[in-house]
Amino acid sequence: MGFWEKLKPDFWDRRDSELELLNYRRLWRTTFWLAVVVTLAPLVFLAGINFYQFARQYELQRNEIDNNIQRLMGTSRVQISYFLDERRAALTYVSLADTFEQLSDLRQLSAVFSRLRRSFGGFVDLGLIDGAGIQRAYVGPYNLAGRDYKEQDWYKEVQIRGIYVSDVFLGHRNFPHFVIAVRHEREGEPPYVIRATIDTGRLNELLRATDLQPSGDLFLLNQQGVLQTPSRLYGGVLARFPLLTSPPGEWSGIKQMEDAQGAPVLVGMARIQGTPLTLVVVNQPKALLQKWDLLRINVIIMVSLSIVAILVVIWWVSSTLVSRIYEADLKRAATLHEAEYTNKLASIGRLASGVAHEINNPVAIINEKVGLMQDIMGMSPDFPHKEKFLRQAKVIQDSVRRVSEITHRLLGFARHLPLKSEEIHLEALIKEVLGFLGKEAEYRNIDINVRIPPGIPTIQADKGQIQQVLLNIINNSLAALEHGGEINIAVAPQGEEQVAISISDNGVGIAKEHLNSIFEPFFSTKGKQGTGLGLSITYGIVRKMGGHIEVESEQGLGTTFTVILPRKQSSAAKPEAAAE
Amino acid sequence: MRVLLIDDEKELVSTLSERLDLRGIDNDWATSGEAGLELIKRETYDWVVVDLKMPGLGGFETIRAIKREQPRANIILLTGHSGPDNLEQALDMGADQYLVKPVEIETLLSLMQQDTTEVKP
Repeated sequence: MGFWEKLKPDFWDRRDSELELLNYRRLWRTTFWLAVVVTLAPLVFLAGINFYQFARQYELQRNEIDNNIQRLMGTSRVQISYFLDERRAALTYVSLADTFEQLSDLRQLSAVFSRLRRSFGGFVDLGLIDGAGIQRAYVGPYNLAGRDYKEQDWYKEVQIRGIYVSDVFLGHRNFPHFVIAVRHEREGEPPYVIRATIDTGRLNELLRATDLQPSGDLFLLNQQGVLQTPSRLYGGVLARFPLLTSPPGEWSGIKQMEDAQGAPVLVGMARIQGTPLTLVVVNQPKALLQKWDLLRINVIIMVSLSIVAILVVIWWVSSTLVSRIYEADLKRAATLHEAEYTNKLASIGRLASGVAHEINNPVAIINEKVGLMQDIMGMSPDFPHKEKFLRQAKVIQDSVRRVSEITHRLLGFARHLPLKSEEIHLEALIKEVLGFLGKEAEYRNIDINVRIPPGIPTIQADKGQIQQVLLNIINNSLAALEHGGEINIAVAPQGEEQVAISISDNGVGIAKEHLNSIFEPFFSTKGKQGTGLGLSITYGIVRKMGGHIEVESEQGLGTTFTVILPRKQSSAAKPEAAAE
Repeated sequence: MRVLLIDDEKELVSTLSERLDLRGIDNDWATSGEAGLELIKRETYDWVVVDLKMPGLGGFETIRAIKREQPRANIILLTGHSGPDNLEQALDMGADQYLVKPVEIETLLSLMQQDTTEVKP
């Protein structure tokens, strides 16, 4: 909420009864949201379309790559199956061509072995194992004749399934090999197994022959995830394929994975039936996948930045706009009010001057009649009650004087004069103003202290206007005070050119947030009682005279208004002053 | 010294006249501008006191006419109040002084004393 407190427009919390015709908050909200929707909707829409198109394109390319991988896996799997089938068929042929007895003959087995090497290549050794698991005859680099395989897993497997293909292992001369064993079973003959070790050279050639893109790879894995053929990217035979954390199992298909550097790779796998082997195709469509990622991030960043920038601008524009309207309305309402106020004053003035004029003539007659009576009495010799008559005449004359003073004041009030310039003794003026307010202060037991050092210069100004200024400020001070408060009025010269009149009270004070608004028209803390015009008019008068007003206030401690006036009317104020 | 008083309030002007009589000042009075001008045409006055607001011929017009007939006569304008606009206009029209109603007879006399001796020999 603090964020909003800082950013909300100035007018947000203003509650002016004068301006409730138009709800500025609503205006602001409407402007803001309308602008937001109008600008952001197309942006988000276009960004969405863009995003969708890129996603489509990516999908198409991705499909193409997947298809390539699938095709590659298909052909490679067929080739490898064919390779293995060929070897198995060769061994099956051997068992069919010769009998167990013939093959037990080492010379015969050697001949078969050399035929196999010549026709197929890659055969490293050849063994004949009887039904009891004993190797009856063996041709090859080791001396393995007579060995008992009965308890070995591969032997058990070949007994069950008829064929066995081993994992690759490093054997003779440190070359990778694997074993194919085929069980022979025919009616009337004891079963036996022909077992051959084949080096993987031919298999490797087969895989290498498949032309792969520079970023691709093709190899075989066993069930433990160990490389059975060398890989361009993941090392030689018997190295562990790093991308698989668990054995490949029966899983086949294409997966997107991440390599050690975190770059995306596509891995396709297919199990080769009847063997422990899994064919793996790796494709690193780096360019494509990274471009897509980058693009996605770019679009998101650009759109977000744009949205933030647009929001900031719209916020600023709508706040400024509505603030301007608000201020203009405020100014207009103030002008209207001032005009109304002036009009009211003028009407009262006209009425007052009419009354004063009408009263003035009879008063003048009374005055002359009494004068004549006094004249006559003065010239007459003593007569009964002469003194008493003279006294009565004197009282009548005094009363006439009082009435005429009142009528003259009314007539003076009626005249709405521009600034007049006259010599003013501030002390006398302040006393005069306090004369108006003295009664109220007395009733409320409020002390008013006036401190004016001797030698304060007179000032050139309009007396009536300064009276009004002081009256308004002292009135405010009185309003701020509780029963038994105190007002201090002091006058001090301010340099050569100015005089400062300060009016302090120890009343309720003005809240900090109101301090900036107190001179604005219609701002009032007095609720229904205040028009909110007093200080505004006061401020206007002082500005017109070429002076200014300073306010200091502490809530709960009191307020000090300081009116600083030039000693001489500025030239700007002069043309309005009436010529005397 | 001879004085002419012109004011539409008969009671005012007649009383003032009586008070001047009591002080030995020769004076006439009239209750309208027109009647005042009749007198001006026949007689000569040192001072003419004219009310500003009168029905018919108003104060300003009366002053103008008096100035035409008797340029040497001093004129005092009687006004309801001391508006600076009125004052200026009165002085422009040729009035020499102005007095605010109600008039103190002493003020009137002192005005006339001053000017006849000092300003207009």
